[in-house]
Amino acid sequence: MTESLAANRLQSTGAYALELDGVARHFGALVALSGITMRIAAGERRAVLGSNGAGKTTLFNAVTGDFMPTAGRIRFFGEDITDLPPHERIRRGLRRTYQISQLFKGLSVLDSIFLACRGVSRSRFSLLRPSPSDVNMAQAESILNAVHLETYRDMLVATLSHGQQRQLEIALALAGAPRFILFDEPAAGLSPTERRDLVAILNALPKHIGYIIIEHDLDVALRVSEYVSMMHNGRLFKEGTPQEIEADPEVQEIYLGGKHG
Amino acid sequence: MSLAIATGATTQRNWLEKLGPGHIILGTALVLYPLVASDFFLTQIGGYSLIFGMLGLSLMLLAGYGGMVSLAQITVAGIAAYAIAILGNANSNILGLGWPWWLAVIAAVFAAALASALIGWISVRTEGIYTIMITLAIATATYYFAQQNYAIFNGHSGYAGIRAPAFWGIGWRDAKPFYYLCLGLAALTYAAVLYGSRSTFGMTLQAIRDNPRRMRALGYHVTAHKVFAWLLSGVIAGLAGVLLVWFNGRVSPGTIGVDAAIDVLIIAVIGGLRHPIGPFLGALVVVLMQTFAIDIVGAERFNTLIGMVFLVIVFVSPDGILGLWGRIKPHLAQESLRPGP
Repeated sequence: MTESLAANRLQSTGAYALELDGVARHFGALVALSGITMRIAAGERRAVLGSNGAGKTTLFNAVTGDFMPTAGRIRFFGEDITDLPPHERIRRGLRRTYQISQLFKGLSVLDSIFLACRGVSRSRFSLLRPSPSDVNMAQAESILNAVHLETYRDMLVATLSHGQQRQLEIALALAGAPRFILFDEPAAGLSPTERRDLVAILNALPKHIGYIIIEHDLDVALRVSEYVSMMHNGRLFKEGTPQEIEADPEVQEIYLGGKHG
Repeated sequence: MSLAIATGATTQRNWLEKLGPGHIILGTALVLYPLVASDFFLTQIGGYSLIFGMLGLSLMLLAGYGGMVSLAQITVAGIAAYAIAILGNANSNILGLGWPWWLAVIAAVFAAALASALIGWISVRTEGIYTIMITLAIATATYYFAQQNYAIFNGHSGYAGIRAPAFWGIGWRDAKPFYYLCLGLAALTYAAVLYGSRSTFGMTLQAIRDNPRRMRALGYHVTAHKVFAWLLSGVIAGLAGVLLVWFNGRVSPGTIGVDAAIDVLIIAVIGGLRHPIGPFLGALVVVLMQTFAIDIVGAERFNTLIGMVFLVIVFVSPDGILGLWGRIKPHLAQESLRPGP
């Protein structure tokens, strides 16, 4: 079933941003990921759903190189990146956000985004202060606007609210011409208003940027994705459009506790 | 012509604005200090505070911006001090290669920077208390090595009879010239650290302190940046070491002992680690205490008084004197984090 859905998707899309072939990851006797085969087209927006411990974050870690997969290959825009270190994958346009915000509490919002832009540029190392006309500073300013944080430009990250920190987490992933982003539960802990903002931010991303979003909040996940993959016990067990997934009795039974209303 | 003058005046005004009233008042007071101070206050208080302030500054750069607390700063300064004695002239008849003073200074600072980078390279694989422990081990090992090695370090007695150079018709060990020499180098290193805190490297270092994992994920080489911070810190500590050996005229294992290593940490903690002015404030307090506590409570108890002042400051304000000041003027303590001009 999964394979046929993936095949349908294959025919309709053409170029792939991300291809996973039989990716597995074991931690000793624990099988965190097993035989994950997934193809995601350039610009496609995919949600990965599943209960806690289903292997969603491990899947992200394997794609970003934080963990090397035990088996399988990963290709990014046609290039095999399975053996590349994380920073090489970043330079190819792969980005991620973290389930728990990983920010720089002692820096200002703008400086944080500036460093994220600098990280993928060639002038990462400089003993000079960035000039006001610095190209990375200009990029940082525009990202600041894209994630609606312009009011908090010069504030210390430590003084931001949880929701603003989650927005900054996304901003860091947008730095330096990303081609594909892995969002790890971006809506975790957000208020209903902040969730609406998040959906607006994600839907306003440039069309060429594809992403995978891990999200427990189905309202968010199904509104920002075109296609959904379900995971359970380290395996992919179902794929479909948001409508198909929402209507699937098996999914409702396992994840929504009966009929989803 | 008038346009040139107008532009010149604007540049000058901008420059003064950037400097800020605090820096202008403090700078003027320090430059005019020799008009009112005796030779004793110029060298034993002024010069000595500036030298130990620079040592504290080298630690502040590592600990405040990089989150790496080192107890080996006096060791790095000691390497520069020994290098001056060995490469230049001393009266111990062991070594004394007789190099010109400027060449010896360049080599000494270079040696200190390399030694610091090496200590950094060894210790960056550790964090927190383990960095303190490993740098303490390096400081202690260097102390005992210097004490027991006669071929290079001349053992317990070390080197004496080291003279500060005389050039441009000025004897630089004389009270006023030496004070201005210390002030000049202290101001230079202070300005460099303050400027650098808002440079790309400075921001990178602070971000690595806050979240090395994310910085790695953003494409930065975390270890290389940390080791480079140690190298820069070594340049500052090395310059302080050169001034220290010119000031004392001698260097021995006692100069780089564990007591001195802890003094540098106390200076940095008392002053505060959030702004480069902190270590200089801390150094002034500690030098004043060390000089005058003995007059207040007698020779047997002066260390107790110093310890109590340390405890009171740390208890009242964990961020040191800067923290106290920062409560009155919050922006000062956060200078490094203000948006750049």
